[in-house]
Amino acid sequence: MPHVLSSSPVCPLPLLSFENVEVVYGQARERRKALDRVSFAIEAGETLALVGESGSGKSTLAKAAIGLVPISSGTIRLDGVDLAQRHRSVRALRSRMQMVFQDSGSALNPLQTIQRILETPLKIRGVPRPERLARIAEALEQVNLPTSILTRYPHALSGGQKQRVGIARVLLLKPEILVLDEPVSSLDISMQAQVLNLLADLQDRHRFAYLFISHDMRSVNFLSDRVAVLYLGRIVELADRAALQANPLHPYTRLLFESIPGQGRRHIELPSTEASGTETANTGCRFHKRCPLVTSLCREIEPNLHVTGHDHFVACHHAQTEQVASARVSRRAVNDLRAI
Amino acid sequence: MLALLKKAYLNNSLVSGATLLSVLAAVIIVAPFLYPGDPQSMVAPALIRPGEDARYILGTDGLGHDLTAELMHGAGISVMIGIGSVTVGVFVGTIIGAIGGYFGGLVDDLLTRLTELFQTVPTFLLVMALVCVFEPSLVVIIAAIAATSWVSVARITRAQFRTLRQRDYVLAARTLGYSDARIIVVEILPNAIAPIVANISLMIASAILLESALSFIGLGDPNVVSWGSMIAEGRDYMRSDWYLIAIPGAAIAATVFAFNLVGDGLNHVLNARASS
Amino acid sequence: MSRLIADIRGLSVHFGEHLIVDGIDFSIQENEILALVGESGCGKSTVALSLLRLLPDKGCTVAGKVLLGGRDILTVPENELNDLRGSAVSIIFQDPSTALNPVWSIGSQIVETLRRHRNISAKAARRQAIDLLDLVAIPDPHRRIDDFPHQFSGGMRQRVMIAMAISCNPRLLVADEPTTALDVTTQAQVLELLDKLRRDLSMSILLITHDLSLVADWADRVVVMYGGQICESAPTRSLFSAPFHPYTQCLLASIPPLSGGPTHRTGRLFEGPSAGVVTASAAGCRYAARCDRAEASCLSAKPAIFSVGAGSHLAACPVVKPSVSLAATVI
Repeated sequence: MPHVLSSSPVCPLPLLSFENVEVVYGQARERRKALDRVSFAIEAGETLALVGESGSGKSTLAKAAIGLVPISSGTIRLDGVDLAQRHRSVRALRSRMQMVFQDSGSALNPLQTIQRILETPLKIRGVPRPERLARIAEALEQVNLPTSILTRYPHALSGGQKQRVGIARVLLLKPEILVLDEPVSSLDISMQAQVLNLLADLQDRHRFAYLFISHDMRSVNFLSDRVAVLYLGRIVELADRAALQANPLHPYTRLLFESIPGQGRRHIELPSTEASGTETANTGCRFHKRCPLVTSLCREIEPNLHVTGHDHFVACHHAQTEQVASARVSRRAVNDLRAI
Repeated sequence: MLALLKKAYLNNSLVSGATLLSVLAAVIIVAPFLYPGDPQSMVAPALIRPGEDARYILGTDGLGHDLTAELMHGAGISVMIGIGSVTVGVFVGTIIGAIGGYFGGLVDDLLTRLTELFQTVPTFLLVMALVCVFEPSLVVIIAAIAATSWVSVARITRAQFRTLRQRDYVLAARTLGYSDARIIVVEILPNAIAPIVANISLMIASAILLESALSFIGLGDPNVVSWGSMIAEGRDYMRSDWYLIAIPGAAIAATVFAFNLVGDGLNHVLNARASS
Repeated sequence: MSRLIADIRGLSVHFGEHLIVDGIDFSIQENEILALVGESGCGKSTVALSLLRLLPDKGCTVAGKVLLGGRDILTVPENELNDLRGSAVSIIFQDPSTALNPVWSIGSQIVETLRRHRNISAKAARRQAIDLLDLVAIPDPHRRIDDFPHQFSGGMRQRVMIAMAISCNPRLLVADEPTTALDVTTQAQVLELLDKLRRDLSMSILLITHDLSLVADWADRVVVMYGGQICESAPTRSLFSAPFHPYTQCLLASIPPLSGGPTHRTGRLFEGPSAGVVTASAAGCRYAARCDRAEASCLSAKPAIFSVGAGSHLAACPVVKPSVSLAATVI
């Protein structure tokens, strides 16, 4: 199936958008920005992958989207509605966005049967019992699980089965956006393929928008349409997957790609330091201490995310040179740009 | 569940503690049948030594009360005060701990300060003060002991909730739109209960000790006989008739020991399950 | 053929009634990186622990031989055991943050390790600790030696663990998922360090991992485990170009490509065979239950390991003939 940028002739609002979202942890002197002016947009049926290492803020971003972490500034919109509003309708809107957790085991209450785990979300929404059971059976079928697991407890299931239960639980609520927080990283490799294929099928069938958080570039290659690279709370590059793979512009993105094992043993020029949250206090580009291209400009001024190629955004002083002239921005990217 | 029972059965301290407690329960149940009427009535000459008279196996005290009857009736009172105060304490403590631990922030700060306040006042002084202010009756004594025993429950519950609220299944419950009350009661509490349960028998033991101490200094309910009041009355005869103190003292020690054994055993069994 | 550093013969481990490791044989040669791969629960970490006799005595029965420099670590007396651990073999674990004691500076922890194994003064031990930190490429070791574990990042902590592990010049370093808890850029650094140390100190490394792409980059030879049994063992290049055992073939095909290949719009990832037609028996091949080529004979007896190709390519599958082995297309 070719990727259709927009199925509607009218320029629609994006399904989900982040506009200059910031999340600050801690108080007063120990404040730490986990997310720093993050902006992007997702439309129905597309997958935006968020990649980055620990401390990049990708899990915080997932939690902010789903409402588990309060944002300090900026706006998150779902279907154009600001989710910060404390209105009854906003709460109903929120259930259109659901989350699949990383550790399939710990996301299921160990003391409840699968039946109870799946039934509760419907029960609290006042769905009558016969319909609950029908919807559970349908959801289990979609994730390829037999109904016999309903009487079991989570510990009696395999990792892959638990992750399917987690997916079935959110399917029940008929969401439009799924936040997938490292959905396969705790699974064995053969299970990973099954769950990734399942996610692809479900997206095809329901036109889900996926916010796919991952550190594994191999699953990103399979499941994503666009990729945002996070570094210490900031998006440093955002582009179509293929464009990013063919032409990674940010030095950090390149480092990330080169570090992936399985490309043949060779010596990589690795920076001697590692990312850590404490570095954000410094001025300038947050990657400058590890960057091979660093100049005095990088130490003083933080680069903004700007467009360099076809829907290709990068936050680096040295990536803008030759390509600006050919920079093209599609209608979709306008959504990304508006906030930038 | 079966595995849990099996593990409980294999745990020595739990089994021996439970055996002692069932003896105690049997004593409490048969007391009104074996010795109907008020144990504080004069039935025999004063100060019969244990074993001297077959009708009064444990002898009589300075007022001619049958020590056996007093001991058996006292068991019921001691255990009732223990269980009663702990029930109230666990109920209050769990609610306060759960709310503070789950919501955090200002609510938690306030509840933690309150808990600390109760914790810094010496337990026995607080109980004494409360009993002195009101009339010493069973209800007041239970309430006074409960007022000190909720503190440890609140602290355990709060700590449990602080950790468990970060668990993925609790986060998942929040994203699925569960209400806070449902998350607290249905999702977190059953997972937090093990250490609270293990603590209960230790609390009962200390409540029984507290009541004995109260009765000993004359702040018990004057209308009922308890082990503590028996010791208080036997105090005057300590030099000559030591058994008046030794017998109820031994009963207190055995009961407290039994509850401690059970608490220890439960802790072992439940924690082993939690970690597996 | 180069010298054997470790020779594992008929190693079996029972936890209670469960057979975790089922009579495996393999050897580690001088100065090589041998990878032991398999999915979670295949027994690879149990093998790592038995190489140092670190398995608990209670509820755990170990049979077979683990020969290190001619001595069987499973039977040596306690006092010699301490010598062997450290100078013959040492280990690093997955999570460096739990392996270091948070209340002592890393310097004092390295010094303690050094002095336990060697009769040297505190001053000399400290000098050596600084040298070790320098060796594992921790910048500014003079200053960092007095820092506490929490002041180090994950990758740096793993370097400290490596420094402690190599402090007594072991002939063999067992690295149990050494980079699983680390970020991908850090992972590359740590593996590069391990490889450099292997060359500089001429030690061997047993790399235990579930990540086949790491194996492809770093290992000289590979041993593939499934359900406590060895399926296949081969030089890395040979294993990746001509995997023989159905399980190995499935594992290799399961690795999604890094670019190109199927995407969610265009295709599906390889899932491996769905559950096979037979249920595995304790006597036979463990993989039979998942194997789409399983036959009745797979269940009756444990498959013998035999040579299937050039060099030392061994496999334990009597069903697949060498001629039908797939050409690898992955990685």
